[in-house]
Order: sequence, then structure tokens, then C-alpha cells
Amino acid sequence: MIRTALALTLAAGVSFFAASAHAQGTLRIGMTASDIPLTTGQTDQGGEGMRFMGYTVYDGLINWDLSKSDKASDLTPGLASSWAVDATDKNKWTFVLREGVKFHDGSEFTADAVVWNLDKLLKNDSPQFDQRQAAQGRSRIPAVAGYKVIDKYKVEITTKAPDATLPYQIAWVMMSSPAQWEKLGKSWEAFAKTPSGTGPWQLTAFQPRERAELSPFPGYWDKARVPKLDKMGLLPLPEANARAAALRAGQVDWIEAPSPDLIPSLKSAGFQIITNAYPHNWTWHLSRAEGSPWNDIRVRKAANLAVDREGLKELLGGLMIPAQGFYPPGHQWFGNPTFKVKLDQAEAKKLLAEAGFSPAKPVTTKILIAPSGSGQMQPLPMNEFVQQNLAEVGIKIDFEVVEWNTLINIWRAGANHESSRKATGMNYTYFIQDPFTGLIRHLQCNLQPPAGTNWGMYCDPEMDKLFEQVRNTFDATAQTALLQKIHEKYVDEALFLMVTHDVNPRAMSPKVKGFVQAQNWFQDFSSITMVK
Amino acid sequence: MLKYLAKRILYVMPVAFGVSLFCFLLVHIAPGDPLTSVLPPDASQAMQDELRKIYGFDRPLPVQFGLWLMKALQGDLGTSIATGRPVAAEVWRAVGNTLLIAGLATVIGFLFGCLFGFVAGYFRGSYLDKFASMLAVLGVSVPHYWLGMVMVIVFSVQLGWLPPGGAGPGGSAAWIWNWEHVSYMILPAITMSVIPMGIIARTVRALVADILNQEFVPALRAKGLMDFGVFKHVVKNAAPTALAVMGLQLGYLLGGSILIETVFSWPGTGFLLGNAIFQRDLPLLQGTILLLAMFFVGLNVLVDILQGLLDPRVRRR
Repeated sequence: MIRTALALTLAAGVSFFAASAHAQGTLRIGMTASDIPLTTGQTDQGGEGMRFMGYTVYDGLINWDLSKSDKASDLTPGLASSWAVDATDKNKWTFVLREGVKFHDGSEFTADAVVWNLDKLLKNDSPQFDQRQAAQGRSRIPAVAGYKVIDKYKVEITTKAPDATLPYQIAWVMMSSPAQWEKLGKSWEAFAKTPSGTGPWQLTAFQPRERAELSPFPGYWDKARVPKLDKMGLLPLPEANARAAALRAGQVDWIEAPSPDLIPSLKSAGFQIITNAYPHNWTWHLSRAEGSPWNDIRVRKAANLAVDREGLKELLGGLMIPAQGFYPPGHQWFGNPTFKVKLDQAEAKKLLAEAGFSPAKPVTTKILIAPSGSGQMQPLPMNEFVQQNLAEVGIKIDFEVVEWNTLINIWRAGANHESSRKATGMNYTYFIQDPFTGLIRHLQCNLQPPAGTNWGMYCDPEMDKLFEQVRNTFDATAQTALLQKIHEKYVDEALFLMVTHDVNPRAMSPKVKGFVQAQNWFQDFSSITMVK
Repeated sequence: MLKYLAKRILYVMPVAFGVSLFCFLLVHIAPGDPLTSVLPPDASQAMQDELRKIYGFDRPLPVQFGLWLMKALQGDLGTSIATGRPVAAEVWRAVGNTLLIAGLATVIGFLFGCLFGFVAGYFRGSYLDKFASMLAVLGVSVPHYWLGMVMVIVFSVQLGWLPPGGAGPGGSAAWIWNWEHVSYMILPAITMSVIPMGIIARTVRALVADILNQEFVPALRAKGLMDFGVFKHVVKNAAPTALAVMGLQLGYLLGGSILIETVFSWPGTGFLLGNAIFQRDLPLLQGTILLLAMFFVGLNVLVDILQGLLDPRVRRR
């Protein structure tokens, strides 16, 4: 049989992933995900899912501006050309929709489609309600209380309470085509195979767990973002060495998250390594429950002054941004904290001495860590490095290593829950792209588990007041000023052990041109071209 | 023969039940939340409870097992939590893909294993024996994962002869029997074949040495049979055991290798199992393990039957 098969060599056909490897304008990407992200609208697979199957095939009413690499990205009009809160009723928002926008199937995007899509996530008894999309999307829009069509191009969304962070929430909701869903027998399973959004890319081939092929949507409403490539292929390659081998062998042109130890050899082989800051935070979330040593600000500050971040950067081959706060330096919400997060072991020892501790009589406590996990970088060597730094000043850390998904469950359960095993901190990576995920969810009093993910059981009325002000400040400049104030409080009170930010590394063939790596979890692939 | 056949098939029933119960319990006692793949990390408790109810994880384990078994008996292995696709379809597709490389690995492993084993056994103590035995020991001892990566570095990255991974340029759905596609099978199949090759070589070597010490061999020579004639008798005597060992090895290979299929991004059962484990996709995990276990049991029955056909003494037991 093999002999026969080999004999058929001459009959080799032409197909996308091999032949088009040499065709100009085809980009093939090796993802870290082990499957093609959910294609129906609300994606799974975290940030990578939204990056490759969310903002490519779909749009939100509000999108992220992914066009610049030199500053943190912010929201930009998407399918809504404008939005505003009601002058008298701060629970009422009006979204004015862009006219003439078409889905990939040719149907028109209107206010009915917006309501239909919100029902798909929030209204359990609607025909289009999709449990899988709801699981991904519902928790992203906690403020939404109701919505209705005002006219063909206007939608009203009401919130449970005044919430100026609603636009950030709405940016999560991807608009699928109601007409396509109807046409496919009202089946999300069928829709997953031939989805239809309004995004710059349309899915033209889909093989679960193996590959997806996207082609430009020539009718895209934003002509500046009509993709220049002929095609884009997505391959799930979860194993880091397999990804690197695929890149070296020319099977793909771009890989996500090359492992740091492979980067020097990839560079020397002529591959481009692209990095940039983005709203990512690798931290130790500290418990503020009764009995935690981190309740003493001197201990928290000492820990933050003990970490040799430059040494850690060297350990990671330069692939990190040393933390100066909870947000990366230069972020629009960074503000001007007075406490400088830097290496100063003498000051750390002094603070610990004031608190009654020393290397001879150390603070002794336990931290939960996971050996791997989404966005966790290289958690074992990094945590051991930090552990050693802290021991030098008089903070003795014992690690309890748990599996990543177990750590997520512990994080949801809270520091007081028995599953936290009396640990007073956990190493966790945070997506900090918007005010809620970045700042509010970690520290708001009423978000202590099980109501939310304030794992450390922190509660400070002054901080809560600031959160409340953010939610009630609808002027963007004033809201930014408040977010800066919150961040300053995060840093000045050393509320977390702030260690580092990832730089979102990607390795790509020198043929890939025109990519602008936005300071965002999501990226725009429209500007990319391939040279021969 | 019919009675023997019926007895073997009857034995499958308790094994199948035991396997399904065991794999159900195994996946449920493993740490982690089965809803991990569908819940965003900061999903509220209310949402977690709601989903737990929808997927039936709020029910007592015996009830969950009973319901799952009832459906499994009707051929419905449920729906994958992570993908929303039917488990049976996912597993069958993966089995088909693994069969491709497992089949090729079996052929390579069996041919080279028998070759090395017969040569080593027949020329016991010679340099040929030592060389063949060294290859067999290497085959059993070399870590798959490492060998796979070395093969990729040498044959894909350095030499550029073979693709480093995937199941063909258009994915497994567009599989065609031509070199462009077959080239994707070669590295994973060779990597997969080294363990069965080593095991078969060692088994056959011992068997051949044992058979050569039996009295009928000098008798055959005394009757004037030449070396080749004696060799034929040795092969015939060694065949049932070699076949049984190969059958077991094929069973293992059908389970795919999580490591090999991950290194080569081959969308087979190992790749599927690896994903199911990392995503805590319990229905997919249960379905895949059950189906693979049934394959294994079925293969054993088949090998037993073949052994019975080859060796009448087996049928009489």
C-alpha cells in the first residue's frame, strides 16, 4: 500500500497550505491554541480566540483601535458610529449604527441584528440563544439590564446602575448574522462551519482542530482595513517546539509565543521577533484576609523593593517589561505614583525591621503557584527567582504548586476558602485591558468571592468610592484621571507584588511585512503583506 | 471453534462495563473543573451553577454514570463541552487519522522487529545478534518525544525533505493518497514504530533461541533438512506469539501517542486525548478512552481468534 502510495507521488495536487506557501499574499499562522477558536461570534480560547476569530470575522458595536504600536490602544467606533449616555438618565445609552454595513452573506446590519445578538447571549428563551456563546459573552456585559430598537439604525441599551465602563463591555459583543443563522436552519452548529459576520475577514475553510482559512471580505465597511493579503491560514500548534519547527521548516510564516530559549536561534536564523507592551500583568495577588502578613503595608512595600526585575529580565532573555506599577509604564492609566517600584534591598530590610522582621526572623508564608497556564510566562523559574529575592531580605516563601485550572478555581473561591489552603498569595496573570478587568474586579468590596474575583478579600471604602466615581464619570478625560488615581493607589499602597509584564512575543518570517503590533491582546492583520 | 469464539466474545461484556466504569470514575476524580473550557475565568458563581446544571454535573455521580451509560449503549457518546461537537464523530475522525500512522508504524515495527529478532535469535552470540539487539534496546529505550523532535530538526528543518507536522496540506479532511500527503505520515509513523519494533525484536529473539533449543530442531536436521527448511519451521512456531505481541502493540498504537501526535500536530486520538485532558473535557475524555479500550479489547479477541486458527492447541484450551 505504501509502495502504491509512494508511486502516486506524481499525482500530487495543488492545495492551499503547501502550494500557496509560495504564493504571494498568503500568511500562515501557528497559534498556541489546540483547536480553532469558536467561530460563531463569541469566541473561546481566551485572548487568542478573540484575536484570530473574533475581531477578524466579526465586529463589535465598539472596536479596539489596533492601528498604532507606540501607545496603548483605546476604543474606537465599530458598527456603532457613535454612542452617548442620556443627559438625564445615566442608565440609558443610545448607540447610533453605521449605515450600509453588510454581513458576509449580503444581509444588512441593522438595529434588529444588535438586539438579536444580545438576545443570543442574554435571553435564555430566545430561539437564537446559544449556551456556548452565552458562557463566553454574558459575563463580559454585567452592566446590561435591557435593550431595544429605537429605529433601523439606533439602539438603546439600559444598565442596571449608571456605568461609564459600558463601552468597554460592549466591545466584547461580536455581531453574528441573523440572516445566515436563519438560512442554515437556525443551527449554530451549521453556522460554525459557514459563519457570517461583518468583519474584514471571512472564514472560507474550517477543519476542527486542524486549520482554518480566512479570506478578505471585499465589502468591508472600513476600506482602510480591507486586508491586503490574499489569504490567512490558522493552524493550532500548541506545542512550542512544534511551532518553532513549523516556522523553521517554512510550514508557517508566523508563530505566536515562541519560547524564550528558542528566540536567539530563531533570530540568528533570520526570523523577526516582534514584541511590544500590552495590558498584561504577572503578579502575586496578595491576601488581605485576617492573619495575612500582607496586611502590613511595610511588608508589601518591602517585597516590592526586594525583587530584582532586571535580573529576571535577563533570565527571560529580555522578554519582559519590569513592573513599575500594576500597569506597564507609559499606559494612559499609569498616573504618577509616589512609591517607586524598584530594587532597593536595603530599604526593604529597613521596612521589614520596622515591622519586626529580619532575615534571621523572617516573615514566613505560603504562595500558590501553577507550573504553567495561559499567559503565565515561565512560572516555575520566575517564581523561584522571586522567592530567592524575598528570602534575601527576610520573607520566607513556601510554594504550594497546583495545576493551572485548579488555581483558577481557587482564585474564584477566595483566600478564605479552604481550597486556598491557608496561602496568603497566588501567582496570577491578569488581562488588564479595561477598567473592570484591569482594576475594579480585583479590589471592589462587593466582588469578594463568590460574588466576584476579589480573591484577596480586600475592602477599602476609599477605593470603592473611586470605583463608584469611575462608573459615574462619563467624560473620557475625567474618567482617565480617575483611573490614574486608582492606579496610583494600587502602587502607593503596594496592593500587589508587582513583578512584570509580558511583551507578547511573535516570531515571523522576514517575508511578513507591514504588521503593526498594537499594545493590545487583539491585533489587526489587515495591513500585512507577504513579499516573495 | 464456534464455542471458543462465543466464549471470547462473552468475556468482552464485563470488560467493557468495567472499562466504562473505571474511565468514568478516573476522569471524575481528576482535579479541575469540567467547565473550564467554556467558562471565562471570572465567570460568576451563578453562571457556574447554571452551566453545571445544564451539563448535568450537579447530579450525583451514579446518576451521571447511569445516564451516560444508557446513551453510550445507544451509540451516543454525548457532546464535547469544549467544542459542542458530537464526541463520537470527533473520536471516529481521530481514530481514522491515527489508523493511518499506526498502520504504517505497525508494518514498519513488525517487519523490522521480526527481521532483527530472527537474525539475532538465529545467530545468537554473534556480532549480528549484538547489533540487532542493540537496535532493539534502543527502540524500546529512546524517548518518543525526544526522537520526534530530533527527526523534525534533521529531516524537516535541516534537510527540508519532509514536513514537520500536520495531516496533509489541506488537513485530514482533504486526505489523498499521494506523496504530498503521505510525506506527512512518515516521520510520526517511524517515531511511533520504534517501540513495537524493539519489543517484537526482543520477543522474537527469545522465541527463536528457545525454539532452536527444542528437540525437534536436531530431528529436522537429522532428517536432512537444510538451514532454510529449519528456519521455516522456526518461523511457523514463533509466529503465533509474535502475532499476539504485535496485536497488543497495534492496540497501544491505536490509542495514539499524546506526545508523538502533539510533536507532529497529527490530529489523531493522542492529540484528541491531550486536548481533552488539558481542557477537562470529560465527555470527550470518557468517550475517547471507552472507544479506545473497546478497540483494544476487540483486537485482543481478534488476535485470540487468529492464534486459534494458527495453532489448534489454543482452541482446545
